[in-house]
Amino acid sequence: MTAVVHLEGVRKTYRSGSIEFEALRGVDMSIAEGEYVAVVGPSGSGKSTLMNILGCLDVPTDGSYHLGGEDVSTMTETELAHVRNRRIGFVFQQFNLLPSLPAWRNVELPLVYAGVARAERRDRAQAALARVGLGDRVANRPGELSGGQQQRVAVARALVTEPDIILADEPTGNLDSASTSAVLGLLDELHESGRTIVLITHEHEVAARASRNLTIRDGLITADEPVVIAS
Amino acid sequence: MTWTETLRTAWDAVRSHRLRSALTMLGIVIGIASVVLTVGLGQGAQDEVKKQISALGSNLLIVSPGSSTSSSGVRGGFGSASTLTLQDADAIADDETVPDVAAVAPVTSSNTELDTSSTNWTTSLVGATTDWPDVRKRTVAQGRFFTAEEVQNAAKVVVLGPDTASELFSGPTSPVGQTVTVGGTQLTVIGVLSSSGSSSSGSTEDDTAVTPIGTAKALTGSTSSSVSTIYVEASSDDTLSAAYQEINALLLNLHDVTADEADFSISSQDSLVDTANATNKTLTVLLGGIAAISLLVGGIGVMNIMLVSVTERIREIGLRKALGATPRVIRRQFLVEASLLGLAGGVIGILIAYAGARLLPDLIDQPVSLSAVATAAALGTALALGIGFGVYPASRAARLTPIDALRSE
Repeated sequence: MTAVVHLEGVRKTYRSGSIEFEALRGVDMSIAEGEYVAVVGPSGSGKSTLMNILGCLDVPTDGSYHLGGEDVSTMTETELAHVRNRRIGFVFQQFNLLPSLPAWRNVELPLVYAGVARAERRDRAQAALARVGLGDRVANRPGELSGGQQQRVAVARALVTEPDIILADEPTGNLDSASTSAVLGLLDELHESGRTIVLITHEHEVAARASRNLTIRDGLITADEPVVIAS
Repeated sequence: MTWTETLRTAWDAVRSHRLRSALTMLGIVIGIASVVLTVGLGQGAQDEVKKQISALGSNLLIVSPGSSTSSSGVRGGFGSASTLTLQDADAIADDETVPDVAAVAPVTSSNTELDTSSTNWTTSLVGATTDWPDVRKRTVAQGRFFTAEEVQNAAKVVVLGPDTASELFSGPTSPVGQTVTVGGTQLTVIGVLSSSGSSSSGSTEDDTAVTPIGTAKALTGSTSSSVSTIYVEASSDDTLSAAYQEINALLLNLHDVTADEADFSISSQDSLVDTANATNKTLTVLLGGIAAISLLVGGIGVMNIMLVSVTERIREIGLRKALGATPRVIRRQFLVEASLLGLAGGVIGILIAYAGARLLPDLIDQPVSLSAVATAAALGTALALGIGFGVYPASRAARLTPIDALRSE
């Protein structure tokens, strides 16, 4: 199995004035294609920093990060934007849908930045919405959808570019339990169909849905274990 | 990302904040409308002046006796102060020495009482030749003007100005063919002039009585060949100053005087036009300047709102960046948005200016002439304002890092 994500000695230091804070202190990790990995850790553990680096929203201070074989740790902001567009599908806790646009136009956004022609964008956005079970809500604006439906639109948006990894940052943090299980079910399905998924969470029952759990504490990976399905 | 996509994104943003967009545009709308209207008003006033002056004859040179510019150069006390003569007029009419002159009309003028059987009216009696209607740009509304033969014979005929005609002959019958008496001499009315169309001096231009020059002399008992004014029409606008030079040289020579002791003066309508235009220009620049300041304020308004918009949409910017928008794409989106606001404001402003140009003349009796050039310039300015004041907010949006942008609440 090839490693989609490969981090070696990744450090991230934040500086504010004279105070230095090391959020990541040498993280090594590898995620293979088709894996469903949950990164678990309490708040302040460096979880969000790791998520930002994995998502190419930030670059490490030291160490290397290969995504899909490309070294992204030294890229410029513009190059990173292209990598995010091609290789990563984001699902955020806050959904982050544009309220003025109907569902399909939210979903097609990454394709707009990828330079895909309009007709193709529409087809692919509709297909992605159908894939998450919202084929009949294509024209609805986010305000007309429930929280769970909005997060499914966000998942469709993450899927539409066929990215190397889907990066879900606390995707169920704002959802009730029914919507939570619907969204997690959707992630399970995507995993079964071969998608690589990285889930960041602090909830153990959510992490238990993944096939492998990485525990992060004080800027270091402290545990890396397969999930044992309780009988 | 293509330009059409950028435009669509910007248009969506403008449309999804209708009230804010409208308020942002308001400054530009008012600025552009007032600039276009002010320039239009100034242009309209200039056109009006030009029209009035050319109604008097724009290639007209007025040769007056004495060094005074006043046409009533005959000052009491000096009985024979009239230094211009019919011979002067004939000399000016000579194609050889004065080639740039098209027509010459010497006139005498005096105030005289005209009597009919029922009433009387005092008006200015003008003695003229057949070139007078051409040179003074006058036409005959009824009847005819007198002929060269009648000038030659000093025939007892008169052509009345429209106001004079209506004062003397109020009935339904035409004045043409009737008679008026001047100091016991009966004159036959052979025509009535049409109105001069010049409102500024209309009352005097339209209240007049024109007779052959010999007739006028006979009526006033004058035996000299002096005339009160010689109207000269240059062959075109461009030859006006050449004609001026030629006439000046000729008369100095004929009267045997140097330029310093010239006993005549030549004036043209040009100086009148220039003065009027200078006044209009000053006003236009003044008002245009005020309007331009309001345009500037409008532009700053655009920048203000765009900055607010960047702050307000910080999450949207973060999201777009996360989804693959490069800094350049973000900058372009906000620039296009600002330009759209500017351009839309400009278009609406111009529409209002055109509506104003239709309404204003009825309200304030002032012509407005909007030029395509001024309109295009206004549009360009509006667009430039949008772009110019959009640059800073756009580059701020582009510089935001996606994490900070996404994190902000």
